[in-house]
Amino acid sequence: MNNYLRKFYYGDIPEDKAGGNIVSSDSKSDWPLWEVFIRSKQGLDHKHVGSLHATDAQMAMENARDVYTRRMEGVSLWVVESKYIHASNPEEAGELFEPAADKIYRHPTFYDLPDEVNQM
Amino acid sequence: MNQSLIDYTLNLADNSLILGQRNSEWCGHGPVLEQDIAITNISLDLIGQARNFYQYAATLIGNDATEDSLAYLRKEEEFKNCILVEQPKGDWAQTILRQFFFSQYQYLLFQQLQNSKDEQLAAIAEKSLKEVTYHLRWSSEWVIRLGDGTDESHQRMIKAIDELWKYTDEFFSATSYELRAASNGSGVDISKLKEPWMNKIKEIFSEATLTIPGKTLIQTSGKEGKHSGHLGNILTELQYMQRTYPGCDW
Repeated sequence: MNNYLRKFYYGDIPEDKAGGNIVSSDSKSDWPLWEVFIRSKQGLDHKHVGSLHATDAQMAMENARDVYTRRMEGVSLWVVESKYIHASNPEEAGELFEPAADKIYRHPTFYDLPDEVNQM
Repeated sequence: MNQSLIDYTLNLADNSLILGQRNSEWCGHGPVLEQDIAITNISLDLIGQARNFYQYAATLIGNDATEDSLAYLRKEEEFKNCILVEQPKGDWAQTILRQFFFSQYQYLLFQQLQNSKDEQLAAIAEKSLKEVTYHLRWSSEWVIRLGDGTDESHQRMIKAIDELWKYTDEFFSATSYELRAASNGSGVDISKLKEPWMNKIKEIFSEATLTIPGKTLIQTSGKEGKHSGHLGNILTELQYMQRTYPGCDW
């Protein structure tokens, strides 16, 4: 007995009748992926908040505005195509990050900070 | 009671409400998630504008009028929106093109209305203008993207122009209440908006490799309360709850 599993992509949910026509969503998934960074207020850094699909930088910027800043999350946006981001290899995590674990003298915890200093 | 100011305010409110309602039909059905949210944001902006105008109209009307009674309990022939905004959402091209036509109109209108002698209308226009500026930017880019896109998207834009162009003259043909509002300084002389509107359409269409049709029908009936059958369909849905369960709350 054959069991068919259908995966629905966003916007592909059949509207007329259950089961619907099988619509190829390749054209949608062809849109490049972009990473979105938001500065929540002046003086802070841009932080990664998520990703989205868009055909070009301008569309990515507007999609980011529409999807990620609806609730006053930010005052500035960066978008960068995901393919330009080079990620560290999880298998190399040991050599990359573990040597830092026993070097507490690198943390600025041995100073008393004045109360006026924020954002440290 | 200043009937022409009330009618003028209701025209502004009804345009925003009905287009907001139409656009909201995309919610959950947008071509991609990002654009689903974009068009739904625009719906909410428009409904927000409508609320501001209805609240003001309700204070002008007095008695027991509220923003809700104006939106949910008026009859079809009492609505003063232009015919364009009540047309079906059609495909994405048709929705985009209508938004572009309307946003460019609203942009010019609200720029002038900011200087209205009526402080309330001026304030609503000023507040709404930022939203409308984004709607215009977003819809212009989509017109270019679809017009200058694939064969299919280009064809769909041509079909959308064919469908909608005939309703655009209604923006600029003034009703008696618009003339009165313009002459006493509370409203805008809309006949002066036609040239800058057309210039923007030409600019975007030429970038989108689209052509402006020649002469077209002048449709002026919506603002006077004579609507196409489509408005009745929207109101049936929009007003269903209040008519079935009067005064219902949640």
